[in-house]
Amino acid sequence: MQEFLEFTLGGIATGMIYAAIALSLVLIWRGTRILNYSQGGMAMFTTYVAWLVIQHTGSYWAGFAVALAAGLVLGSVLEFAVVRPTENKAPLNAVIVTIGLLILLEGLAGIIYGGQYRSFPAAFSIKGLKAGSVGLGISPNDVFTAAAVLGAAVILALVFRYTSVGLRLRATAFAPAVARLLGVRIGRVLTLGWALAGLFGALAGVLVTSSTFLYPNSMDSIFVLGFTAAVIGGLDSPVGAVVGGIVLGVVLSYAGGYLGSNLVLVYGLAALVLVLMIRPTGLFSSGVTRRV
Amino acid sequence: MNDGSLEIRDVTVQFGGLTALDGVSLAARPRQITGIIGPNGAGKTTLLNTACGFVKPQSGMVSFDGQVLTGLRTHRLAALGIARTLQGVGLFPGLTVAENVMIGATPSAKAGVWSALFGLPRSDRDERRLREQAMAALERLGVADQANELPGTLSYGLRKRVALARALAARPRLVLLDEPASGLPENELPELGDLIRDMAAEAGVVVIEHRMDLVMSVCDTIFVLDFGKLIAHGSPAEVQADPAVTAAYLGADGEPGPPAEGEPGPTAEGEPGPAAGGPANLAPDAPADGQADA
Repeated sequence: MQEFLEFTLGGIATGMIYAAIALSLVLIWRGTRILNYSQGGMAMFTTYVAWLVIQHTGSYWAGFAVALAAGLVLGSVLEFAVVRPTENKAPLNAVIVTIGLLILLEGLAGIIYGGQYRSFPAAFSIKGLKAGSVGLGISPNDVFTAAAVLGAAVILALVFRYTSVGLRLRATAFAPAVARLLGVRIGRVLTLGWALAGLFGALAGVLVTSSTFLYPNSMDSIFVLGFTAAVIGGLDSPVGAVVGGIVLGVVLSYAGGYLGSNLVLVYGLAALVLVLMIRPTGLFSSGVTRRV
Repeated sequence: MNDGSLEIRDVTVQFGGLTALDGVSLAARPRQITGIIGPNGAGKTTLLNTACGFVKPQSGMVSFDGQVLTGLRTHRLAALGIARTLQGVGLFPGLTVAENVMIGATPSAKAGVWSALFGLPRSDRDERRLREQAMAALERLGVADQANELPGTLSYGLRKRVALARALAARPRLVLLDEPASGLPENELPELGDLIRDMAAEAGVVVIEHRMDLVMSVCDTIFVLDFGKLIAHGSPAEVQADPAVTAAYLGADGEPGPPAEGEPGPTAEGEPGPAAGGPANLAPDAPADGQADA
């Protein structure tokens, strides 16, 4: 029973990381119908920036803040400079561009920072929390991770729901051409979508790397799992992305805990295949098929 | 002219080898209702697309209020005071009725991305002003009670009203209506006529329409297109009496085409799903139409 509790809470905490990556993918998918394969690479890169800042200033929070800012900037710059030119071209062009970006970012990180594994600090203690004498399977840092992602997701939801910018983001996701006709500057909206995606990716990168290591490919497997979470959630739905992340985190935590932890990534891929076979539109998509 | 007129001068549009518009000139005056009619494939939608800058003509010029529209970037239309409705409805399916109309009202919103993200007061004020503007437009069209519902839950007629409200929310000076009556039952046409006349109280209205009873009852001036050429124009009575118009509609060879009430019926028009007004919807459809007719 105690094991079950530990696996559940631990799974939720890890799941929030997947949720952050999933959210970043959903933000871009909704606006542009592009699956951003470079999301993991972007998150890795901003985490290196955070690492550099922490090395120089000794302040975790300075690194944390700079990483988020770097995510915003990186997202908007990449959209404007690299992705925009693929607009109105075959969808495959954008896919290839984002894969190319991933290779470029990982290569650059290797050139600039070297390929060795570096440890990345955690914001809070990573010692397990206890309720009385019962171990909970999560640390204060896990709690912070979950709270940070959830907080960011709630702020995003409020912006979407209650601001005119959020309204434009949503309208553009549904019908860009109509939105443009109504005076929405689609280009800016798309840049904003990428910037926000960069922010969520950066958040995920900083939060997850304290429990792994930092190296040029460090986000690859996290990206795959985040993508799985996004697919579970339907790729279209921010709420679905968060729920998908938590579901995946918990399922993988049970699988790792009860079946052995060596194959977690394989279980993740199995979950992806399963969802695509049974409910390819995801659990939370509106179910409306679109002409692509 | 700087009086809020739409001027189309000698416009020729070709798609490949097909001439969709051939030296068409027309003017739509403010606070007047200008109808554009013609058989399927005559180039009506191409003309409307040219009028709002989607289609760049090979020659000729389009201007509104003295400003050249040819080759204009689409998002600038709204800021110039031009609203265009789409064939079908083209509402955003996942946004409430009020939100749909608020998007229409956005061109005047000033709050930038950053102030919205950080919840600065200006964004909040903007949001409230947008909502008020939207509600006013919905009330004007009698759909304020449905403000918080999703478009998919409304009847087709109500959705059409919401689409009109959205076009009016930004208080445009020129409204381009692309087949506003398509899909509406006969008994809702008089009301639509009233709404269009009401719009013309403060804006110029250009309407493309198949439903002759509606066109004849609301328009001040009618231009008749056939195979990309302007074959007649004048008051409804003049146009109806023009033998060239009758010939175009009935077919010169006596083909028993649909005369006045040549309405393809709701199903032909259909409701273009969520992708309504996707690129295909805005694309010049004249070539396909023209070939179908030829």
